[in-house]
Amino acid sequence: MGRLGLIIPMEGGGEGDAHHWPPGVHSFDPKPLFPDAGMDWLNTYLLQAVIGALIVILLWLWFAKDQKIVPGFKQWIGEQLYNLIRNGIGRDALGPDYHKYTPYLVALFSFILVNNLFGQFFLSMFPTFSRVGYAYGLALLSFILYNAAGIAKHGLGSYLKLMTMPKGVPPLLYIIIIPLEILSNFIVRPITLALRLFANLFAGHLVVIVFVVGGSMLLESASVLYKVAGGASLLMAFPIFGLELFIGALQAYIFTVLTAQYVASSIADDH
Amino acid sequence: MLPIMEITGSLNMVGYGLATIGPGIGVAMVFAAVINGTARQPEARGALMSTAWIGFAVVEALAIIGIALAFAIQ
Repeated sequence: MGRLGLIIPMEGGGEGDAHHWPPGVHSFDPKPLFPDAGMDWLNTYLLQAVIGALIVILLWLWFAKDQKIVPGFKQWIGEQLYNLIRNGIGRDALGPDYHKYTPYLVALFSFILVNNLFGQFFLSMFPTFSRVGYAYGLALLSFILYNAAGIAKHGLGSYLKLMTMPKGVPPLLYIIIIPLEILSNFIVRPITLALRLFANLFAGHLVVIVFVVGGSMLLESASVLYKVAGGASLLMAFPIFGLELFIGALQAYIFTVLTAQYVASSIADDH
Repeated sequence: MLPIMEITGSLNMVGYGLATIGPGIGVAMVFAAVINGTARQPEARGALMSTAWIGFAVVEALAIIGIALAFAIQ
């Protein structure tokens, strides 16, 4: 990439040679922190996830420290954030027993949000959930939560009955409805929960890579026309970054809302 | 020399682009209905939104299955 690589931070692995073009799944390959130690699992994404968790824990501890009756600015911000999730997501979806699930929802929202913002943060530049495994992990947590909540409320038998046999369906249709409901409630729900988060961040970041790497390659080319197109492409990368910020926050919200909705549907008395 | 005119890759991505049309229209219809309903009856917003999120999740599942298949089937 030559001297331009020093000026413009390169997405998708510093050198940015021809084999990095076109960007694809390989642009998201994890980089081990210690390449010589043989610990490939200890990579940048794991570090980001751990740092994200630490940030979330420390931030909420800091918000919760010496609270006063008349809140200062710090406490006010913390309460606004907390209320947004507790009232806007938890109470709307879960009804009267939302208190039990508020800690999980708050932790989930802030963890996803912080990890999505890592995609725009200049040191990391990759959202953690652009690796599908991390998204599967979170979806597994939510899957366990909504099933456990339903089983704890109804007992195993009537929970399965609630989830697979909707009220008002004629018994003849059970032969079609039961496999469909099992597919929808126990297989499609957690998988789409994970893949929605992953696909949005992966595809969004791929667009950023196309604009930034493609733009800098065009700037390096001989033709003046290509250079102009490269400059325009680099400028276009900034609105895309703005869009990515918005999408990161939106996906954190949607993941949390859907988790709350799934919990609500499994603790509902009536399907 | 840049390999600009050389197009390689998988047609799956074009197929995925086509596959997003349906879920796109579906998600738009879900939220358009919510906006209409909220405009007519603002106090029903909570009840409308909770149904809408489930509907949105079901409709968007098609787009998500699409992107998974676009990468999985070579």
